Amino acid sequence: MTAAVVRRLLQAVMVMLAMTVIVFIAINVIGDPVDILISPDADQIERARVVQALGLDLPLWQQYLRFLWAALHGDLGESYVYNEPAIRVILQRLPATLELAVSAILIAIVVGVPLGLYAGLRPHGILSRVIMTVSILGFSLPTFWVGLVLIMFFGVQLGWLPSGGRGQTAELFGVQWAFLTKDGLAHLILPAVNLALFDACLILRLTRAGVAEVLPLDFVKFARAKGLKESRVIGVHISKNIMIPVVTIIGLEFGSIVAFSVVTESVFSWPGMGKLIIDSINVLDRPIITAYLMAIVAFFVIINLVVDLTYTALDPRVRLQGEGP
Amino acid sequence: MNATVLEVRDLRTHFGQAKAVDGVSFSVARGEVLGLVGESGSGKSVTGFSIIGLVDPPGTIVGGQIVFDGRDITSSSREEMRALRGRRMAMIFQDPMMTLNPVLRIDTQMIEAVQAHENVSRADARARARDALGMVGIPSPDERLQAYPHQFSGGMRQRVVIAIALLHRPDFIIADEPTTALDVTIQAQILAEMQKLVAQNNTSLIWITHDLAVVSRLADRIAVMYAGRIVESGPVSDVLARPLHPYTAGLIDSVPSRNQRGERLRQIPGMAPSVARLPTGCAFAPRCARADAMCTQAVPLFPAGPREHRCVHPLPELRV
Ligand SMILES: Nc1ncnc2c1ncn2[C@@H]1O[C@H](COP(=O)(O)OP(=O)(O)OP(=O)(O)O)[C@@H](O)[C@H]1O
Ligand code: SF4
Ligand SMILES: [Mg+2]
Repeated sequence: MTAAVVRRLLQAVMVMLAMTVIVFIAINVIGDPVDILISPDADQIERARVVQALGLDLPLWQQYLRFLWAALHGDLGESYVYNEPAIRVILQRLPATLELAVSAILIAIVVGVPLGLYAGLRPHGILSRVIMTVSILGFSLPTFWVGLVLIMFFGVQLGWLPSGGRGQTAELFGVQWAFLTKDGLAHLILPAVNLALFDACLILRLTRAGVAEVLPLDFVKFARAKGLKESRVIGVHISKNIMIPVVTIIGLEFGSIVAFSVVTESVFSWPGMGKLIIDSINVLDRPIITAYLMAIVAFFVIINLVVDLTYTALDPRVRLQGEGP
Repeated sequence: MNATVLEVRDLRTHFGQAKAVDGVSFSVARGEVLGLVGESGSGKSVTGFSIIGLVDPPGTIVGGQIVFDGRDITSSSREEMRALRGRRMAMIFQDPMMTLNPVLRIDTQMIEAVQAHENVSRADARARARDALGMVGIPSPDERLQAYPHQFSGGMRQRVVIAIALLHRPDFIIADEPTTALDVTIQAQILAEMQKLVAQNNTSLIWITHDLAVVSRLADRIAVMYAGRIVESGPVSDVLARPLHPYTAGLIDSVPSRNQRGERLRQIPGMAPSVARLPTGCAFAPRCARADAMCTQAVPLFPAGPREHRCVHPLPELRV
């Protein structure tokens, strides 16, 4: 078990390293920051001074090693725009994105799993058909359009919920969070629902498919033959068997939500990383883009690791040798 | 034989047009072992599931009675049936690899079975589970309780399943081909074990199988099913030695035996009919050498001493 964890950790490090190469090369191929940072009127000497200060005159491989060495020390460069360490700019925006993503995933689970269970257990019921039809809609409607509709309806027409910004925040562990205040929570609802829609439908369909697959198996029948209550058959015997694909998708989707909350954040002017990256790409703020990409990669790697470890906890058959009889 | 434990009267379980079970009647006395045999698709499993109230949809019991403990349980509520299942009636399935939940430990699966019917502490339930495992011949049961199903061999898994079935000392157990998926040697061990255990507890047993050799060893009585009906039943030695129904005779002839070595096995010609399109008369007629015009009429059940059969031209000759 420990050996397996160590192996997974090593793999994670290798992935991170490979990503630094890719990110570095990709970033150095697009645009020339000197053109942006220095006014066209600046003279040759001024220009050379800035280029040297940023290390842009060195061969690419040396630039990479400098970049890697600095990155290992948590230094991903200074934002050309904010004149602050890029990593700090990213980390300042991280909580906003994180709370949006977590809320969205929670909504997706709370809505998707029970509805999926229901539709799987009563595949021919009218309500199940309605649920499945609606879930196809949820799949295919573009996120930004749903976001605009939500704003139109709940924000403008009914005026129930605010539809832009993050509202008031409060501090916890030295970080500002919106979900701690009533106002912040109200601001969080619409973007979180918007972001949750796709994944709620995905989890719903996955859960339903899992139930349909497990329901006819003998062990479900045997659980009933033992005289177990239906709640236990569904809540333990069926659920534990369909949790593996659901956990995988929750893990992977959580990464995607963080990475691609760009659209929702833009629609709802939510001040998270997604909005930051759009702004930074527009002005070619390379350190920010680099830091953002590295943060996202780190995120995916960590989530994959957690998903893998959760597997082992959920499914005894994938557990590795060296324990038990 | 003493009191009747279970009586099935004219049971009809249909899946839409498919008359999987269509007028099955039999009874089982306390401590008796009934062998239920027949080709694949003849309705043996559906009969078993009907009795414990677990017929898969779209199947429904459309007629008949299942009298258990003096009551017709076909009209019992779901909760009443749940309370009976596992406590007073148990069922064992064919494939031990599929019967236990792969992601739950054995102790979880046994403790929940105890606690489903008795208000006992976890520790007590666990002790009961351990004793039950010991009883079915599983070595170091205390350790094995913590294992997962995939850590057991097929034979050991089936023993676990049998232990679960016996936890509440049920009045009867329906065993649906519980040894077909196992090696021959393991099969013999489990068979002997099972025989001993039901005899100890005076539990009745309905043993569903294709295998006439198993039935002749284990059962007191035999019921032969064909296309959703019982076509012949009686004391096992009588029926096997002198079948009255041509289908039973065909089944016996297709069993490999010593005096047939080198010869080709005699198969019953033709195929079992689809239960969705059954003829009005004897369902076996298209495959029967003795069939004639009389067989196209509905064939009732003819009593013959302790035996019964559904054939208008029963076999007269004494077979050796
Ligand atoms: N879930 C189901 N849906 C539709 N029809 C079914 C279902 N289960 C059983 N049947 C019908 O009932 C008939 C009898 O099935 P059953 O499982 O009782 O046969 P069996 O005698 O147990 O056969 P085997 O020896 O192969 O287990 C089948 O031929 C099939 O037509
Ligand atoms: S009733 Fe007729 S067809 Fe059916 S088994 Fe008897 S002889 Fe054969
Ligand atoms: Mg069967």
